[in-house]
Amino acid sequence: MKKKVFLDKKAIDRTLTRITHEILEKNKGCEDLCLIGIRTRGVFLAKRIQEKIKKIEKKELPLGILDITMYRDDLFKIKLPVVKKTDISFDINNKIVLLIDDVMHTGRTIRAAIDALMDLGRPKKIQLAVLVDRGNRELPIHPDFAGIFYAIGAGEEILVKLKENDGKDEVIIVGTQ
Amino acid sequence: MNWTKKDLLEIKDLTKDEILLILETAESFKEISLREIKKVPTLRGKTVITLFYEPSTRTRTSFEIAAKRLSADTINISASTSSFVKGETLKDTGKNLESMKPDVIIIRHSMPGAPHILARTLKSSIINAGDGAHEHPTQALLDLFTIKEKKGKIDGLKIVIIGDIMHSRVARSNIFALKQFDTEIVCCGPATMIPPYIEKLGIAVEYNINRAVKDADVVMMLRIQKERGRISYIPSIREYAILYGLKKAHLEKAKKDVIVMHPGPMNRGVEISDEVADGEYSVILDQVENGVAVRMAILYLLTGREQ
Repeated sequence: MKKKVFLDKKAIDRTLTRITHEILEKNKGCEDLCLIGIRTRGVFLAKRIQEKIKKIEKKELPLGILDITMYRDDLFKIKLPVVKKTDISFDINNKIVLLIDDVMHTGRTIRAAIDALMDLGRPKKIQLAVLVDRGNRELPIHPDFAGIFYAIGAGEEILVKLKENDGKDEVIIVGTQ
Repeated sequence: MNWTKKDLLEIKDLTKDEILLILETAESFKEISLREIKKVPTLRGKTVITLFYEPSTRTRTSFEIAAKRLSADTINISASTSSFVKGETLKDTGKNLESMKPDVIIIRHSMPGAPHILARTLKSSIINAGDGAHEHPTQALLDLFTIKEKKGKIDGLKIVIIGDIMHSRVARSNIFALKQFDTEIVCCGPATMIPPYIEKLGIAVEYNINRAVKDADVVMMLRIQKERGRISYIPSIREYAILYGLKKAHLEKAKKDVIVMHPGPMNRGVEISDEVADGEYSVILDQVENGVAVRMAILYLLTGREQ
């Protein structure tokens, strides 16, 4: 099985810096902005983006954690996942909510996340930032901010590893090509 | 850790890992009841029937709220309004209900083992909501959840259970659950209400309430079940209240951060005094609140089990 490092530690950091600047540019600062990371790795990326915004704008944005298990559309078709805690301790009404996840694929996770957010309030806007967009969408949902785009080939898999969860930072492609 | 059991019939056949999985899952579900919109779509399209052959407010309402907050459809049947009064057998009632394709049937019955009969007969998941003096598994699980929430742990605690241990399904389920952990369990009550050979389970027996509650982390009170004629086991309610009713003075001998539990409904002035029931150590209403989260977790795990 071939393995290729697509992004290393430095490249991930640069990518997140760029995304952060794009977020601030598009929203003309960070007024009304709040960050919500999707479990598991989205939470760590959200924390990193929160740190970067703090350095640039000198402001600490509220950060929430979202577990989408209860909203999955394939819940009883797969091995039952353990439901983890959702922890959003701030009001999302009339806020710009930036959803953050590591990899975007079919779009079904984001559909579930949007539904979950709607049950918690009525945000002014929901935006989406992902580190890797691997294409192959099954729903008409697209990220506002994407680190890299990589259309995945047959038999390939793209893996995001973050040091908080996996011991080191890297995005690797494993597979036949 | 995956859930594989079709039914929840008794604590006795749960492993420690299964108990921990229920408690962990319940933690995630608790937050839903604190939202403005108290509903998630998780069990959309599932049907839950509560079949109660005994009166209940708390347990039935708790199960119904739990199912509804998960978007399941719920139907409540109580014995007084069912074909039970026309003489239909439990098996027949179960089979007829099953023909309408429910996913979960929650049953309370005065006969121990009634849920087990349904579980063997039907494909639906069966939850025991109390079977006679046998078990009341969801009560024990919500009690453990409350202990863990208040104390941050279950291991290492001294837990005192006071009352009619012999006839209490709550005590039995709690003992089996607590024994899975590293706990010191003390049972206290009149000799007529302590089951023989209980010491063989590694449980201490103490007939004096003052000695029993000494250094306790948790005091769990049981209800005197007047409706089941349990009065015949004691000389009088008045004497029981004097000797075994929990009063504020008793708690001075317990740990400073002791918690007092009661499965409800309370006989105020009998097994528990007003000042304790409404006092600072009481977590009785927290138990009720946590009951919803624990039952949501159980419904989720049973309907999504690995098949």
